[in-house]
Amino acid sequence: MSGEMTSFLGGYRVLDLTNEVGSLCGKLLGDIGAEVIKIEPPGGDASRNIGPFYKDIPHPEMSLYWFFAHMNKKGITLDIETADGQELFKSMVAGADFVIESFEPGYLHGLGLCYEELEKIRPDLVMTSITPFGQNGPYAHYKTTDLVGVSMAGMVRLYGEFDRQPNRISAPQFYFLGALHGAMGSMMAHYHRVMSGEGQHVDVSCQQGVVLSLMIASEIWDILKVNYRGMGPGFMSPRPTPPGPLYGRIMWPCKDGHVLHMSGGGAQAGMVKSSTELVKMANAEGYCQDLKDYDWSSYDSSQITQEQRNELDRSISEYLLTKTKAELLEAALKREILVVPASDARDVVESPQLVAREFWTSIEHPELGDTLTYPGWPVKWTELPAYQPQRRAPLIGEHNEEVYVKGLGLSREQMVLLKTRGVI
Amino acid sequence: MAKQVFEGIKVADFAWVGVGVQPAREFAQHGATVVRVESHKRPDTLRTAFPFRDGIPGIDRSAFGTAYNTSKYGMSLDLTHPKGKEVARRLIKWADIVTESFTPGSMKALGLDYEEARKIKPDIIYYSTCQMGQKGPLNTFGGYGMFGVTYAGYSHLTGWPDRDPLPLFNNYSDFIAPWYLMMTTIGALLHRQKTGKGMYLDQSQVEAGVNFLTPTVMDYMINERIANRMGNSDPYMAPHGLYPVLGADRWVAITVTSEEEWQNLCCVMGHVEWLDDPTFATMMARKENEEKLNARIAEWTRDFAPHQLMAMLQDAGVPCGVVQNCEDLFNDPQLKERKHYRFLEHKVIGSHAYNAPAYILSRTPNNISKAGPCLGEDNEYVYKELLGYSDDELADMLAEGVITTEADLPAVLSGI
Repeated sequence: MSGEMTSFLGGYRVLDLTNEVGSLCGKLLGDIGAEVIKIEPPGGDASRNIGPFYKDIPHPEMSLYWFFAHMNKKGITLDIETADGQELFKSMVAGADFVIESFEPGYLHGLGLCYEELEKIRPDLVMTSITPFGQNGPYAHYKTTDLVGVSMAGMVRLYGEFDRQPNRISAPQFYFLGALHGAMGSMMAHYHRVMSGEGQHVDVSCQQGVVLSLMIASEIWDILKVNYRGMGPGFMSPRPTPPGPLYGRIMWPCKDGHVLHMSGGGAQAGMVKSSTELVKMANAEGYCQDLKDYDWSSYDSSQITQEQRNELDRSISEYLLTKTKAELLEAALKREILVVPASDARDVVESPQLVAREFWTSIEHPELGDTLTYPGWPVKWTELPAYQPQRRAPLIGEHNEEVYVKGLGLSREQMVLLKTRGVI
Repeated sequence: MAKQVFEGIKVADFAWVGVGVQPAREFAQHGATVVRVESHKRPDTLRTAFPFRDGIPGIDRSAFGTAYNTSKYGMSLDLTHPKGKEVARRLIKWADIVTESFTPGSMKALGLDYEEARKIKPDIIYYSTCQMGQKGPLNTFGGYGMFGVTYAGYSHLTGWPDRDPLPLFNNYSDFIAPWYLMMTTIGALLHRQKTGKGMYLDQSQVEAGVNFLTPTVMDYMINERIANRMGNSDPYMAPHGLYPVLGADRWVAITVTSEEEWQNLCCVMGHVEWLDDPTFATMMARKENEEKLNARIAEWTRDFAPHQLMAMLQDAGVPCGVVQNCEDLFNDPQLKERKHYRFLEHKVIGSHAYNAPAYILSRTPNNISKAGPCLGEDNEYVYKELLGYSDDELADMLAEGVITTEADLPAVLSGI
């Protein structure tokens, strides 16, 4: 029960059967202290082949995706489709607090390893199933990739240019988001178990996880019967006629890249302050003279005409074009102006804020002869030691010895037999 | 009614806008008593943003203002009034969890920061969430999730390489950050259960966003590759894209992850000859000739209705999905099966839709029964029943402006 008093989930054990769909869930539980044992098929999980790779070496022990999604886990191999594998798994369940999985619904039932069976072995078990669409329903067996998932969940429709097809974020989100909801649901079930002694099954849909991220798009349909869509570099306020929809651009070119800037005011004190300050700053440099006396507190987004809005945008954008990303970020901080640079990966890594907050953490990868940097937990806490990575992602079968021999008491002969028959 | 996970837990929800209020909602939907504290003087941004009932702005007319407040009680209170602070302190004494999401330093200026709160309630669990975190050179950076998510690198990765980066309308990190915060807050509750001690939590929403881009961030740190937006293509798959279908601006996503799926796709398209055509026969060839491949597939897809095509390809084992708009989502049989949209009666907006959680707990189901409150809707209950004020005290506080009313609202009620 190491770590019991030094982390949130110290002393609790997670058996992680997930594939790509649910892999982040176990990582998140491991981040806050659980002992997570990732169970891979002999030979390694298919998601070890997801790029990008360490130094571009395409090898199952080099996947950066794997490094991230499986850090803070131990790793063993086990073929749960064999009778021996199933027995071994069940004997591990007896000593586990969580089982997480992301197989196609029904698969574990077919192996006799569904919640109803495992609950008999461990009555207070929390078992979490993370799948693209949930355990039941007409799409429960649909095949997905990130693009298919975020499309069906409505997210793709929210981004895009007017004259082209809509867009996904060019970095996978569908499974990560589902797994995060799975980790939260697991924590809820765990809290309930601690308080009541009762375990349960948590059934998670990645699709719903993404629908929950659409902000107000569902409500815009529900209330106004307007189907929101990507609006290029801006957004549209779906006002009824008159005065009709209002379009405002918010992504702007600046001197050395792009910034997001939003102007307005009315009821929003922060926005009034931001817009007033930006105009003041611009005036001092000879720009936005036409807005010198503009009263942002009377800016009424429900009444302003498109022509008036375009005039504001024209004037402000001329000024933004003369400033660098760094200058505008400085203004954001000093003058409370709502403007931010559109960072790329290098900007993110070099962000002084992330460095100052000690967001980045590092772990040694002895077999690479390297120490790699990883994002930390995005919430700091008091009372317990700060977040520290427990371990790098496991190599294939790295902890077989520890789990099977030391943990379950298998003999060397049994280990050899299981290996020879392809069980581990 | 089945037992609820958080029965008996009390939350003083001082947070506003998008992130801080969402974990509080998860608590409320699972049995906790949650009191949302708001002021008419400086209304929650979301109450001033669309969609308004009938398109007409009003403090209780926005579905944005209600969305993250299901099953909560709503009270109005002027925290800047000396007596208002006293009420806030009584609320903190009542609570197990305090939430806030203002610019760093705001709660300290009000005398309601964690240090003050723990004097009132030594085992209080208190979370702060903001764009950048409480400390650091950019800590006072204000703004909405759309700004944080742009700073975290998402806009750069969304859109086309030959066009400007795109803003993320949905303020995407606002829907990553709350769940990390919720997990941590449950951790804090468990820690209190074990040790009797409270805890302070400090979230950076940008950091939550960056976590979900880790593979691309590491690709830069290790391989010095700066990932760029790439439309809808994928470095590891072809075909992988959106294809036009019947209807105005309608699209389906088709992706192929294996040879088997490729063969199945060719069979359904009636193009088995492509399996032997050197332009498309191998994955390497398909990636090389991706543009041509996409054009040929698009010639075939455009004659089908979106959901018809999806069903046809899914039946053949090809990952395919409609680019659904929100109207589609409300009709989506899968979301119906999951009871995702819940219609609740709101006093001003009427019956309207709320999102259910993405997880279904088999023994402790959620209870989504109360629409997000109108501003100050539950003042009577909160001040008298929960905080023990008398009718006279209530009347005094109303007269003194401690309890804010519609008279305190700004002149313009539309912000975005």
